[in-house]
Amino acid sequence: MKRTDELAGSAPPLPSQEPIRLVDPQGHRVGEAEYLTPEPGTLLALLRAMIIGRRFDRQASALARQGRLAVYPSSHGQEACQVGGVLALADDDWLFPTYRDCVSLVTRGVDPVEVLTLLRGDWHSGYDPEPHRCAPQCTPLATNASHAVGLTYAARRKGQDAAALVLMGDGATSEGDAHEAYNFAAVWNTPVVFLIQNNRWAISVPVDKQTAAPTLAHKAIGYGMRGYNVDGNDAAAVHAVVSHALAEARAGGGPAIVEAQTYRLDPHTNSDDPQRYRDDAEVEYWKARDPLTRLEALLRGEGLLDDAEVERMSAEGERLAADVRERLSGPDRLTPEELFSHVYSTAPAMLRRQRQELLDEMRKG
Amino acid sequence: MAEISLGRALNRALHDALDGDPDVLVYGEDVGALGGVFRVTDGLTATFGEDRCFDSPLAEAGIVGTAIGIAMYGQRPVVEMQFDAFALPAFEQVVSHVAKMRNRTRGRVELPLVIRIPYGGGIGAVEHHADSSEAYFAHTPGLRVVTPATPADGYSMLREAIECPDPVVFLEPKRRYWATADIELPVRTEPMDRAVVRRPGTDVTLIAYGPMVATALEAAEAGQREGRDIEVIDLRSLSPFDEETVTESVRRTGRAVVVHEASTFGGYGAEVAARVTEQCFHYLEAPVLRVGGLDIPYPPPKLESYHLPNADRILDAIDRLQWESEWVPGGTGGQPPLHQTGVGA
Ligand SMILES: Cc1ncc(C[n+]2csc(CCOP(=O)(O)OP(=O)(O)O)c2C)c(N)n1
Repeated sequence: MKRTDELAGSAPPLPSQEPIRLVDPQGHRVGEAEYLTPEPGTLLALLRAMIIGRRFDRQASALARQGRLAVYPSSHGQEACQVGGVLALADDDWLFPTYRDCVSLVTRGVDPVEVLTLLRGDWHSGYDPEPHRCAPQCTPLATNASHAVGLTYAARRKGQDAAALVLMGDGATSEGDAHEAYNFAAVWNTPVVFLIQNNRWAISVPVDKQTAAPTLAHKAIGYGMRGYNVDGNDAAAVHAVVSHALAEARAGGGPAIVEAQTYRLDPHTNSDDPQRYRDDAEVEYWKARDPLTRLEALLRGEGLLDDAEVERMSAEGERLAADVRERLSGPDRLTPEELFSHVYSTAPAMLRRQRQELLDEMRKG
Repeated sequence: MAEISLGRALNRALHDALDGDPDVLVYGEDVGALGGVFRVTDGLTATFGEDRCFDSPLAEAGIVGTAIGIAMYGQRPVVEMQFDAFALPAFEQVVSHVAKMRNRTRGRVELPLVIRIPYGGGIGAVEHHADSSEAYFAHTPGLRVVTPATPADGYSMLREAIECPDPVVFLEPKRRYWATADIELPVRTEPMDRAVVRRPGTDVTLIAYGPMVATALEAAEAGQREGRDIEVIDLRSLSPFDEETVTESVRRTGRAVVVHEASTFGGYGAEVAARVTEQCFHYLEAPVLRVGGLDIPYPPPKLESYHLPNADRILDAIDRLQWESEWVPGGTGGQPPLHQTGVGA
């Protein structure tokens, strides 16, 4: 057992009170020696993914209004977190998203229609987790965080250096499961980055009612891991810090919490009424810090982007939206008999009987 | 042949599983150097190293949650919950994720993990060390819930549970850890999802599982001396339920009593009684009775004998099955005892 004074030397530094920022809201670089601003190619990729992601998000919100989705939790305004985090992942890494993280899944390359399956309501998860290494979207808060710890632990046992990115909200950090996952990750020293999208609100509850910690990143200290506080509307900064944390974790430096300061511009879901708990001024303040316009301004200012390129990216977003619209139009294609197929590896007699009863019932109409 | 206890048989099953498959991992609280509070993991760390059997942080939700991730990556975690009531912090992980992962992902992700839980009372333990939580788990589709009653089944069913592609809640009747049998290991018994007839009989079927199988056999022995020929079924798998074996027996005997330790109200016995009634109604000579624990929080150790079903209560229930008309509704002087319900009165 180490003595306290010996331990003090190895404790991770406190996260900064001011979020790490590489690009200011006007689109100018700000000096930040520690974190490398991504290369122009990466910056363009970030902008492209955010433009496509936002278009997808707008389309999904519209589909929810039309009743084509059962519900949609928008991530409008949080694109820098989802895109910046996901583009920092290597192909072999895993993503553990929540219901709010559809844009992260689209960015990861999952078919956008399959991304919406959960929210459309014809199955719980629409995609095969394996090919894109994306766990199913998680609805109970914080419960998937420990799955990521176990998965990376198993990978390391096999001599593979897969890391994992867990997306979670500010509210979710109050859950016991979050605590257990942070602690397991730190004790087992597994390469997991917990990216907290602090969008200020857990439905109607503000973040200052969730925690008394100076920042959510500070929570990392108690577990003996590193915590980073980053401007969550600065895609370059999110990407740089998550990349840095992943690299450290892979090198054996342990897991990290990255808190991204961002904002949910839309209601919690399409059925929420934010007028009841927050004022318009707050929304306006954050609108002025839009992650897309910021990165676009930087790239234009530095001559890395022109109208034609923006046009091309937007057209990609339009094509994706049209494709989603097209494929989600028409009648539902439901497969009720499949309800019994995946409960066990082999269906027990009881389920085989119930399946037959349902089929008979359907035949009778 | 050798005298082997249930606890040792489980230990040997873990040993052989670790030996046979490098993807099998055993972890939990105090399972390493100590060998578990019941010593079921005794010697495993010494033999296989910390990489294969190890102590985790003390956090049940985290233990099951990490096991989910490990299983997602194709390995086979076997985790120990130290005592029944202490599995409850992990309950959400079990119900919301373990049970549902295959179904959520349309069969693409399977979770071959085993959650071992010592359960039930009868060992004089203090509060929160003697609960029977089988009904909570058995109510959850997607889980296999099994419980061995003999050392041979302990070995065989645990090996099978570890090999099973589905997640298994493996309930170990802690009061039977020290019960021995003369067996040779390794052994393979009947498939784990099948019920077995432990003692054939023609007059009545006792349906029991886990800790109550021995008690039911004891009752059958005593009943024999009173001239009753009692059949005892050991369910072994609570979910899925082996309707075939149970139905065949009850249609033959025409009478059935379900026995379990857990509180009777809303318990697993209610499910069995309902199913038996649905499947065997025209063969039944009497209502299906339940003998279970009292509908009270698990009692303090010095009072637990009042709660736990014993052979006498089981025999009383059998008497109440209108045997040779010796029991008349309302004729025994007052109410049926609290631990028996379903009597047609
Ligand atoms: C364990 C649990 N409790 C409650 C809920 C209901 N719920 C859904 S979202 C939400 C707020 C979550 O807030 P936060 O973690 O900040 O994420 P955000 O939705 O803002 O992205 C609540 C309470 C839930 N999904 N899971």
